[in-house]
Amino acid sequence: MAEHVLLRHRDIPDINQLDVYQKDGGFEMFKKAVTAMKPEEVTDIVKASGLRGRGGAGFPTGVKWTFMDNKNWPHYVVANADESEPGTFKDREIMESNPFQFLEGVAISSYAVGANAAYVYCRGEFWQVAHYLDEKIAEMETAGLLGDKLFGSDYSLRIYTHLGAGAYICGEETALLESLEGKRGQPRLRPPFPPSFGLYGKPTVVNNVETLTNVPKIIENGSDWYKSMGTEDTAGVKIFSLSGCVNKPGNYELPFGTTFRELIYEHGGGIANGNKIKAIMAAGASSAMIVATDEALDTPMDYASVRTLKADLGSASVIVIDDSFSIDWVLNKTIHFFKHESCGKCTPCREGNYWMSHIIERIHHGEGSSFDVELLTKVAYQIQNKCLCALGEFSLQAVVSGIERFPQDFEAKVNL
Amino acid sequence: MNKLEEKYADEIQKILAKYPPEEKRSAVMMLLYMAQREGGYVSNHDINDIAEIVEITPTEVATLIGFYTLYHDKPAGKIRIQVCNDLPCALRGADKFLGELCDALKIQPGETTPDGLVTIEPVMCLAACDKAPMFQVQSSEGLEYHENMTVESTQTLIESWKEKN
Repeated sequence: MAEHVLLRHRDIPDINQLDVYQKDGGFEMFKKAVTAMKPEEVTDIVKASGLRGRGGAGFPTGVKWTFMDNKNWPHYVVANADESEPGTFKDREIMESNPFQFLEGVAISSYAVGANAAYVYCRGEFWQVAHYLDEKIAEMETAGLLGDKLFGSDYSLRIYTHLGAGAYICGEETALLESLEGKRGQPRLRPPFPPSFGLYGKPTVVNNVETLTNVPKIIENGSDWYKSMGTEDTAGVKIFSLSGCVNKPGNYELPFGTTFRELIYEHGGGIANGNKIKAIMAAGASSAMIVATDEALDTPMDYASVRTLKADLGSASVIVIDDSFSIDWVLNKTIHFFKHESCGKCTPCREGNYWMSHIIERIHHGEGSSFDVELLTKVAYQIQNKCLCALGEFSLQAVVSGIERFPQDFEAKVNL
Repeated sequence: MNKLEEKYADEIQKILAKYPPEEKRSAVMMLLYMAQREGGYVSNHDINDIAEIVEITPTEVATLIGFYTLYHDKPAGKIRIQVCNDLPCALRGADKFLGELCDALKIQPGETTPDGLVTIEPVMCLAACDKAPMFQVQSSEGLEYHENMTVESTQTLIESWKEKN
């Protein structure tokens, strides 16, 4: 693997220190943007690079920035550091180990959309991370990299951290904004989308931590450089969070288009305890279950290719399940998660996950019938397309695909 | 000036300064953490004080405590050990770890040790899936992650807290 674009602390020791980061060219791109580029030029480069949101939805980042309503001010940038998808642990590593590149990304994107204040919304469990970022932000202020009239220009910027308090739903951007406003994190009806009606009703760009961390390098090396990595469908590099039944779980920064096989066997050291691979969930608990056939393992991981397996890549949190686990047990875990995390606003998600949790408990404990398996699928489809945000949709992915693709695991469990 | 304002005047000002003056309500999240730091939970009195500071109703403050899992409205052990047993951690033995830890402390999940020091709670994903079994510790000192844990290393940690307390 060539040098890292995002996990650069693995190449450059002490890059979490301001002087080391600056010695490596850090904050030069922010300075260049503020002193020598128009905001639109910055946005154009990011747009041309093909960078897509790394939080899971994969929306083109630069395009999102152009949606900001220029008739309504002030503008805000919010970094989504709510990382809560089971199986995802990449943003935490970035913020803990390469914090300045992330913060420079926040700063450059703020300049591009004309925001003078940016918030980093950390999940409450990232209490230590948020305090660490506060220290880094203070160092930037002392060094004249944040504050009023930066680099002799008219541009001013301040970055603040904000803590959530334990709610998966706050990773959804409108729920996150509600939470940042001091309310229960429940999604808003859309449209309007945040670039026209965001934080405090003002135009707001919400971007994931990993997305923003790409930005300084894209400005430095140009859009063609970025597009030269990855695939035609999905440009650039991605941090794949690999977890579950592998010998070497962890974060691996690889180009889009890397196959599941390379990630799991070359980087992840293969399946642990001499077991056989059974299933893959490519987007954490929100994933459809992929049967780990040779064909699936040889599929390149970009958004379009994973879709051919009737699954999604999402935030690329790849959970590997081996043959010592039964899929009804897996579904018991995912349903329990979504039942706990449903915000309660939409009835199909709130009630559907409640009932699914009862049915899967029965099946998992050998007290269910084949009718229960059918019923579980039916309840799952009752949630589909009926909720304000994606949580409801996510909650049924593993359920319907697990039952359909691993029927033997359920046949073995139920009494006819 | 209410009781919280008297006690934490500087800290409250620092929290409020993060948000536009007309958007005080945003500060409620950090104020709740501040209020529960000492006793491990938010009292009704704190709820009223916070409501007064950010100019919303006590009911609005109280709903946040119910909605977000890191706020508590009841006292528990001085130290809460919150073990992640979500899917990725469970694939790496988190359920077994949680069970054995509870056995070692002779309590059930959700319960507190008789000396009032430790409460064990299973929680949802903590974004440390590659380092399971793991847990976070919530106490008056904030939140702290402990990764790649065993029952033995956890017991050593608990012993060190006993000495401090």
